[in-house]
Amino acid sequence: MTAHAHGDDLEHEEDDRGGASDEHMAHLGTYALGLVLATGLTIASFWVAKTHLIYDPGVPMALATLAVAQMGIHLVFFLHLTTAPDNTNNILALAFGLLIVGLVIFGSVWIMDHLNHNMMPMQQIMQMQR
Amino acid sequence: MSTADSTITIADPFRLGHRGPNLARGHGGGGPATKRVVVGYGFWLFLLTDIIIFACLFASYAVLAQATAGGPTAKQIFDTDRVAWETACLLASSFCCGLATIAVAKRDQFLTQLALLATGLTGLAFILLESSEFAALNAQGYGPSRSAFLTGFFTLVGCHGVHVTAGLLWLGTMMAQFYAKGFRPDIGRRFLCFSMFWHFLDVVWVAIFSLVYLVGTRL
Repeated sequence: MTAHAHGDDLEHEEDDRGGASDEHMAHLGTYALGLVLATGLTIASFWVAKTHLIYDPGVPMALATLAVAQMGIHLVFFLHLTTAPDNTNNILALAFGLLIVGLVIFGSVWIMDHLNHNMMPMQQIMQMQR
Repeated sequence: MSTADSTITIADPFRLGHRGPNLARGHGGGGPATKRVVVGYGFWLFLLTDIIIFACLFASYAVLAQATAGGPTAKQIFDTDRVAWETACLLASSFCCGLATIAVAKRDQFLTQLALLATGLTGLAFILLESSEFAALNAQGYGPSRSAFLTGFFTLVGCHGVHVTAGLLWLGTMMAQFYAKGFRPDIGRRFLCFSMFWHFLDVVWVAIFSLVYLVGTRL
């Protein structure tokens, strides 16, 4: 990144636009690679769901792993989430969002699972009401 | 370039976390971030709040997935072939949206409209497939009021469908704006937000087809 006085060029700020055409080809390559990787992972997911080669209780974990991988592909190749300096804020926000998402999902499943375990079976409740 | 050299020497060498002066925009030494970066960041924050809403719906679905109340189970009603077609449509749509981003960067009106039209048509195909699934379930009496499992299912998947429908309307306005107003910087920033929204919907769909449909057929 070249350093120059930035105060006066806010008007023509579209710094990633109107570049050379080989830059556009590079972007096209990025999207195409993302499409290929995402398609591959999708096919893998559907194969894992259909096949009986994998130990049955392991299938949901395999699908979850493939899903996380594909979401990562989408974030990097389609949403252009990078480690560049102007992206650090986005990465931090994403990390915080993932923390909340993790708390909500795992917390809910954990608590409700324990509630289900501790609950009296429905038939016993009916008996007590008689 | 003499001003550039002086900027480098002025930057604080004792600043924590950076080796040497950081001259990227939005990082002190580089001046304020561009409006495009700021707008993208704000919309990114919105998308993260949206993903928290989806996390709540995922959590409620996960809790209710076994509560079928004598109704159909996930295995009985999920049609993997239809889900595969829906996934293909949405992935193609996301890719076309990426092509539109390149066409906008090249300021090519014809290619922009063509790519956006392809984005819209594949998105519409997704919505039609999904509504035909919902209509078929309803016709069999397996609507959202049949069981807690179906309530969770329709809420989660329906919420994504509503997002895609809203995205299609937004897409229509983007096509009209590019056509009527050309490639102005503010229109470009609106399109940046739209493309982030559209790719984000595909990310949510990846979670839905993997964790709801495919896992559902195996439990």
